[in-house]
Amino acid sequence: MSEQLDQALSRKYDAGFVSDIESETFPPGLDEDVIRRISAMKEEPEWMLEWRLRAYNNWLDMEEPDWAHVHYPKIDFNAISYYSAPKSMADKPQSLDEVDPELLRTYEKLGIPLYEQEMLAGVAVDAVFDSVSVVTTYRAKLEEAGVIFCPISEAVHKYPELVKKYLGSVVPRSDNYFAALNSAVFTDGSFVYIPKGVRCPMELSTYFRINEENTGQFERTLIVAEEGSHVSYLEGCTAPQRDENQLHAAVVELVVMDDAQIKYSTVQNWYPGDENGKGGIYNFVTKRAICHTNAKVSWTQVETGSAITWKYPSCILKGDNSVGEFYSVALTRGRQQADTGTKMIHLGKNTKSTIISKGISAGNSNNTYRGLVSMGAKAEGARNFTQCDSLLIGDRCGAHTFPYIESRNPSAIVEHEATTSKVSDDQMFLCQQRGLDPEKAVSMIVNGFCKEVFKELPMEFAVEAGKLLEISLEGSIG
Amino acid sequence: MLKINNLHASVEQKEILKGLNLDIKPGEVHAIMGPNGAGKSTLGFILSGREGYEVSEGQVEFNGEDLLDMAIEERARKGLFLAFQYPVEIPGVSNMAFMKESVNAIREQRGETPLTATEFLKKAKEACKQVQLSLDFLKRGVNEGFSGGEKKRNEIMQMILLEPSLCILDESDSGLDIDALQVVANGVNSQRDGKRSFIIITHYQRLLDYIKPDYVHILANGKVVKSGDASLATDVEKEGYAFLGQDNAEETNA
Ligand SMILES: Nc1ncnc2c1ncn2[C@@H]1O[C@H](COP(=O)(O)OP(=O)(O)O)[C@@H](O)[C@H]1O
Ligand SMILES: [Mg+2]
Repeated sequence: MSEQLDQALSRKYDAGFVSDIESETFPPGLDEDVIRRISAMKEEPEWMLEWRLRAYNNWLDMEEPDWAHVHYPKIDFNAISYYSAPKSMADKPQSLDEVDPELLRTYEKLGIPLYEQEMLAGVAVDAVFDSVSVVTTYRAKLEEAGVIFCPISEAVHKYPELVKKYLGSVVPRSDNYFAALNSAVFTDGSFVYIPKGVRCPMELSTYFRINEENTGQFERTLIVAEEGSHVSYLEGCTAPQRDENQLHAAVVELVVMDDAQIKYSTVQNWYPGDENGKGGIYNFVTKRAICHTNAKVSWTQVETGSAITWKYPSCILKGDNSVGEFYSVALTRGRQQADTGTKMIHLGKNTKSTIISKGISAGNSNNTYRGLVSMGAKAEGARNFTQCDSLLIGDRCGAHTFPYIESRNPSAIVEHEATTSKVSDDQMFLCQQRGLDPEKAVSMIVNGFCKEVFKELPMEFAVEAGKLLEISLEGSIG
Repeated sequence: MLKINNLHASVEQKEILKGLNLDIKPGEVHAIMGPNGAGKSTLGFILSGREGYEVSEGQVEFNGEDLLDMAIEERARKGLFLAFQYPVEIPGVSNMAFMKESVNAIREQRGETPLTATEFLKKAKEACKQVQLSLDFLKRGVNEGFSGGEKKRNEIMQMILLEPSLCILDESDSGLDIDALQVVANGVNSQRDGKRSFIIITHYQRLLDYIKPDYVHILANGKVVKSGDASLATDVEKEGYAFLGQDNAEETNA
């Protein structure tokens, strides 16, 4: 059966095409000059450039971390280009009609039509292509509600006070090696601001696409939810199929004021490399939320892509009664390596966190859950529940669980449950005896395993995520 | 409908079936009885194509086609159904989603259009009613946390929904109390339409009080050692399998 499963799992990557778009791309290499040029391309104010340069100097003093359960050749940061933008974007198209049709076609092929009338009703999209935002839809409608949803490069100009106040407030410039690098060279990403008491009238979503060769993508997302506001945000990402590894180092910061809620969902489908481990995206991401009193954050992630995933969406539960949730599905196959999990830092009283992690490993892949639950001295009555399930497909893959628990408050309660199971011959046989082909059988079993996480995704995307798993598990069967 | 000719088959290099013959015509109900370890489940697995079971000799013809040449799912789509002795759980996959996928895979094979959610639900509700499973079972994970009897009734529910042409029931009576046994038997009898054929594998005669077989075969030592009508089952009930000789009479294996 394991042979049959292998075939069922042989990869097919639908988003692997390259768009023929003329781009302005910096030559590879990183120094102060490159950072000045990025800043100049974006016509940034002086304070932004200084911030970047300070981050760059922080980065120079730092060491690449090696504690994660992933193996890869040392990254040559001078072999990467730090800026690439479609030429047609140089004179900033004012409307969709002025956007290069090839760009629009790219998104259409990915299932993300950018014309508002064709879109999923009720979802606003910011489309980021390599280093620039191509278009942000539904802006007028959002503005009526007072919601700001725009490329971060634009926010630097239009809302400098907000950006100055919050950028780096959750993930400081020198937080870690990849965050420092991002702070120095970030090119675009989304900025969201939900005013006090406002419930964002639609889902917001950003779609990241890497197209250029030898280019890194360093996006930066900042979401500020003022007191009592609500927003649901989704990000998706894909990249062409290439033999070289490409670096993606993003930073996401969420500021959740008193009584506010942010639901942040990710469907990550960067190119994972081929079955021998050639090519694929190195995905090193820092995501963190700060929750004030009664605030709530849910991170939901479905990670199926990338050659390497290094990602720990975290919650600092600073305010009393604040709530952090982390729901994760990480699927690895071929030679993929994922080291992912979360950090729940309980500082306030009666703070609560829930962690549900589902790791699926197939082929020769390695899937690691790494999670920290920290109960601070003042976290009276704080609670955490962690459930960590691993599903193995075949017998050449690995699943690992590293839970770290720190408690400085005796009244805090931490619960941890972990299971490991296999897709069994019996299950496969039952499905096939009922007429399902082996691919469908595996994807059903895997979908069932992930159910608790999928139900946390916004409706439309839960269906997407299910399909994505199916495609990831699809292959030719003899 | 099904013609088994001189079937030899082994598991883990151990020969289990040693020249089995069986001929089943449309609409017939054949009971297969025999001591534990005789190879009854093995026969069901061979016919349904389970991996790990090697056929070394013999042929099986199913509606004029070479059955042994088909993939597991192909056999299923062409109308072969196996009700498992030990149904396995698939956590998180709702019975309903699972059966809808299954029904539509089989409909596709028959050139029929897939059922919509509403059409499917209607049929599923009826099938549940027939085996006295509450509708909650449609929402629950496949066999997840079901009791032994509920699992068996769920198998019959699936059989009713899939409308197969050949139903193989592997000890669908084991572990059932008398009420559940009747439910299972009624489920099966409701599907007897003069065309659909059944292989009823059972260890005890009890089930055959409710499902009247046309033929009874005693399987021992990998072969059919005796065939007869329903009265053969009653004999076995009275005398046990002792007449088969000491070798075949042990009842140790599961
Ligand atoms: N997977 C297996 N590996 C080894 N032996 C097996 C396996 N499956 C069945 N057998 C053996 O084959 C024989 C027949 O088993 P089975 O068909 O389950 O009998 P029955 O259903 O009549 O009780 C038994 O001796 C059993 O131990
Ligand atoms: Mg048996």
